[in-house]
Amino acid sequence: MSVPASPENPVSSRTVLADADIDRALTRIAHEILEANKGSADLVLLGIPRRGFPLAQRLALKIASADSSVQPQHIVGQLDVTMFRDDLKHKPTRAPLHTVEPAGGIDGKVVVLVDDVLYSGRTIRAALDAIVDLGRPSAVRLAVLVDRGHRELPIRADHVGKNLPTSSREKVRVHLMEIDGVDEVVIEADS
Amino acid sequence: MRHLLSTRDLSPQEAVQLLDTAEEMAAVSTREVKKLPVLRGRTVVNLFFEDSTRTRISFEAAAKRLSADVINFAAKGSSVSKGESLKDTAQTLEAMGADAVVLRHWASGAPDRLASSGWIDAPVINAGDGTHEHPTQALLDAFTMRRHWSRVAGRESIGSDLAGMRVVIVGDVLHSRVVRSNLWLLTALGATVTLVAPPTLLPVGVSQWPCEISYDLDAVLASEPDAVMMLRVQRERMEAAFFPSANEYSRRWGFTDARLARLDAAVGSDAIIMHPGPMNRGLEISSAAADSPRSTVLAQVQNGVAVRMAVLYHLLSGDRSSNPVEQQEVGQ
Amino acid sequence: MTREENVYIIRGATLPDTSTTDLLVKDGIIADAGTGISNASAQVIDAEGLIALPGLVDLHTHLREPGREDAETVETGSRSAALGGFTAVHAMANSTPVADTAGVVEQVHSLGLEAGWVDVRPVGAVTVGLAGERLAELGAMASSRARVRVFSDDGICVHDPVLMRRALEYVKSFDGVIAQHAQDPRLTVGSQMNEGDVSAVLGLGGWPAVAEESIIARDVLLAKHVDSRLHVCHVSTAGSVEIIRWAKARGVKVTAEVTPHHLLLTEELVRSYDPVYKVNPPLRTSEDVTALREALADGTIDVVGTDHAPHPSEHKECEWAQAAMGMTGLETALSVVQHTMIETGMMGWKDFARVTSTTPAAIGRVETQGRPLTVGEPANITLVDPDGRWSVVPARMATKGRNSPFKGMELPGKVQAVFFGGHPTVLNGELATRRPTAQAAK
Repeated sequence: MSVPASPENPVSSRTVLADADIDRALTRIAHEILEANKGSADLVLLGIPRRGFPLAQRLALKIASADSSVQPQHIVGQLDVTMFRDDLKHKPTRAPLHTVEPAGGIDGKVVVLVDDVLYSGRTIRAALDAIVDLGRPSAVRLAVLVDRGHRELPIRADHVGKNLPTSSREKVRVHLMEIDGVDEVVIEADS
Repeated sequence: MRHLLSTRDLSPQEAVQLLDTAEEMAAVSTREVKKLPVLRGRTVVNLFFEDSTRTRISFEAAAKRLSADVINFAAKGSSVSKGESLKDTAQTLEAMGADAVVLRHWASGAPDRLASSGWIDAPVINAGDGTHEHPTQALLDAFTMRRHWSRVAGRESIGSDLAGMRVVIVGDVLHSRVVRSNLWLLTALGATVTLVAPPTLLPVGVSQWPCEISYDLDAVLASEPDAVMMLRVQRERMEAAFFPSANEYSRRWGFTDARLARLDAAVGSDAIIMHPGPMNRGLEISSAAADSPRSTVLAQVQNGVAVRMAVLYHLLSGDRSSNPVEQQEVGQ
Repeated sequence: MTREENVYIIRGATLPDTSTTDLLVKDGIIADAGTGISNASAQVIDAEGLIALPGLVDLHTHLREPGREDAETVETGSRSAALGGFTAVHAMANSTPVADTAGVVEQVHSLGLEAGWVDVRPVGAVTVGLAGERLAELGAMASSRARVRVFSDDGICVHDPVLMRRALEYVKSFDGVIAQHAQDPRLTVGSQMNEGDVSAVLGLGGWPAVAEESIIARDVLLAKHVDSRLHVCHVSTAGSVEIIRWAKARGVKVTAEVTPHHLLLTEELVRSYDPVYKVNPPLRTSEDVTALREALADGTIDVVGTDHAPHPSEHKECEWAQAAMGMTGLETALSVVQHTMIETGMMGWKDFARVTSTTPAAIGRVETQGRPLTVGEPANITLVDPDGRWSVVPARMATKGRNSPFKGMELPGKVQAVFFGGHPTVLNGELATRRPTAQAAK
C-alpha cells in the first residue's frame, strides 16, 4: 500500500504512545529504579541529549515525589556521547552537545543512563566510554522509553517503557513537551 | 569546511558553532581525563617554517587531547635555499600518513597555496602566515571576548555572538596577521572594531576595512570600549622609520599605567585588556596593565587549546564527502 | 616543373588599412602586390579572411641565454616568437653573464642568426653587471656586429640620477635609446604586489604606484634637459600615463610601452596567491587597466612589449614570496591585444600594426622591420585569422616557460603564417622551417 505524499502528510505515521502512556511508563520506570537500587542512595541519572535529558529530569521528579529526601536537580546530569561515537568518520561533522555532571560527581554512584530510544546499542556503547572518562561509578544501568529491537551490540536495557517491535525501515520518533511541544511516540513508515 | 585558511571563509553561523564546540572542548580540559577519542588513529602534522613555540605547543596539546598522533616538523629558514620546497616537504609528510597539516609560515598565503595547489589532499590549517592571517588566534580571542560579553549581558556563552560589543585593537596593524583575522571574525560576529595605530603602521587600503580608524588612543579609551587588544610591536620597526623611538611609541600608543588608571577610574567600565603574546612589557603594554584583573592574557592561552581542538574536530572528524574513496567505503 | 623555393603568393589578404590584395613574396621582399597576381613557380596561400600585418617586433623579451638555458634558450624563445607572429625580438640584457660587453651581445646575436626564426636584436646593459654603478661600454656594443641601439638594465632600475643622465646623453652619439625599468628601489623593498586594498587584505608587501611614477617623472625631466631619447618599459599605472602624456605635450623624446598582461589582468588575481600572477611591475587595478588601454589607443603609450619572462616550474611552484617574477607572453601577445584593444573597439588593425610593429622597430632602429606591406619592402609578414579562437594551454607552447597567466582562457586571433625576410617560419599555424643562416647573411 502506498500512501500519497502530500505536504500535510509526507510520510505515513501512527502514534504508538500518547502523553498519558508516556507518563505512566516513566512512573513505572522510576519505581523500578528505586526498587532495583533498594532506595535512592547514591543514585544518579544521566540523560543522553537531546531527548534523554528531559526524560531523566522527569524521572528525577518522580523519584523525588516517592522519596522526599531526594533533591531532583542534584541527581540529574547530561552526558554527551558525540565524540565517543564509532561513526564519526562516516557522517558529516556533528557539533558536540553539553555534558553536565551532577553536583556530587559520579564516582562510586549508581549511574542510570537515560535515553529515549534503544536501537542498535551503539549510542549506549559510546555512553559507556564517555562515563569512563568522567569517573568510576559503582554500577551503570540503562533506562529507555522505547526499545525497538535490532541490536548490533551485546547491550540490553534494565528499564524499558515500552517494547516496540519495528521494521528497520521504520523510524521511531519520540516527541517531548520540553523540546517538541508535545508528548508522543510516533512510528513513521518509509514511504 | 575543508580547510581553515582565513576567518573570511567563516560564516557567522560556522563561527558560532566553532566557538560552541570550543566551549565543550574547554569543559573536557576541566575533567579528570582530559582526552577524547575522536581523532584516534589520525595524524596531525605541525609544519612550522617559522619558530613559534607557543602556537606549536597549543596545537600539539589540542591534537593530543583529541587522541591524534602528532608529528612536529620544523623547517626553518628559506626552503628554497635549503633545497627542499614547501611542495616537496608537504608531499613527503602526506606520504608518511599526515591527515591534516597545521602550517605556520613566514610567507603570506603559504597555507592558501598549499590548500589550492593540488600538491596534497589533507586539510590545511593556517597557524599564522606572514602578515596575512592567524585564524585560530582570532577564534581564541573571540572565544575569550564572548565569555566576557555573555557574562556582562548575563546570558549563556553558548549560542551567542558579539552583537553590540565594542572592541579596540591597538598597534602594528600593518604587519599583524592577528588583526586581520580578528577584524573579519569579530565583525562577522556583530562586534564593532576600532583600530588605533600610528599612520605609518596602517596599510594603504585600510579605509576599505569594516572598522573605524583612529590615531588617538586616549580619545578611543574615553569612549569606554568593552575590550582593548594590544598588538605586539617589534622594536626593529623603529629602524625602518615606522616610529621615532620606543618611548614615543609607548607614550602615544602603549597601554601605560596612566591609561590603566584612567580606565579603572571610569565608572562602570569592565573592559578587558587582551594581548596575543608574547608581550613587550613596557613598550605596548605596561606590567601593571598586563597583570591587572582586566587582563585576559592567560585565559587567551588556555582558550587557545580548546579552540584548536574545536577546529581539528570540525576539520577531521566528519566524512570528507568530497573524497570519492571515502564515499566508496561508506557504501560498502 | 619544379617550384622555385620561397616564392609565395598570398592570395586575397586584408591589409591593416582594410584593403584587399595579393602579395608576391620572392627573393626576401614583396615583389608584387595587387589583385590577380600570378607566378608559375609560386606556392599559393589562400589568405581570404586573413589579415596581413607587418611582422610583429617585440622591444622586450627575455631569452635567458646565456646562463639560464633551463628557463629558455635563444632557439626556444625565438620559436615561441615566430609562433606568436613576431619577426623580431629584442633580447634583454639580464642574462648570465650580463649582456654588458660587445662579446656577449655578439654571442646572442649569432645564436639568433643560427636559430633563424626571428631577428634577434640584443639589448645592451646600461651599467656593468646591472649593478647601477658605472656605465657599460655602450659604444662598443653599438658598433659590434649586433649593432645595439637599445640599452636597458631591465629588471633593475637605473636609480642613480647622475648615471641615468650620463647614459641618456652618451647614447646620443650612436642614436641609441635608454629603456628604463622604472622602479624606485627604496620604495619597493620587500614589495610583492600592487599596494592598495588587495595588498592590505592579503598581507603582501605593497608595491606603490608612486615607486614607478616618481622615476618616470624624474627621467622625462632628465630626457628633456639633455634632449635624449628615453623609452619607458612596461608602464603599469594610470599615474605614469599622466606623466608621459604631460611630457609628450612638452616635446620630450619619450616613448612608452605596455605589456599585454597589464592590458588585461588585475591585482584581483593575486587573491589566489598563485605565483603565475607574480610579475614586475605588479598587476594593478582595473582603473589602471582602463587608463593603459586608453593611452595605447591615443598614442600616449607607443608600443606593446611582451616582457616575455619564462621561468622553470620550480620557481613558480612555491610560496608567493619565494616565487620568481615574470610571465610568458610571446605566444599570447597578439591575441591579448586583439582581445583588449580591437574587440573593445578602441583600435583597428592599422593601429595594431603601429603599436606592435612599426613603432617598436622605429624605436629600436631596426630598419628592415616594421615596414609597410608594399612592393620592394622586406617580406616580414604575419597572417592572422582574426575570427579564429583558441584556448591557452601552456604545456603546448614552444617556450620552455609554463608560466602563462592566460592559462585556460579562450582568446581570439590565430597566427596562420609568418614570413621572416621572405622565408616561411610558420605555415598553417605551425612552425615551418628556420631561415638558413646563409640567407640571413645576404
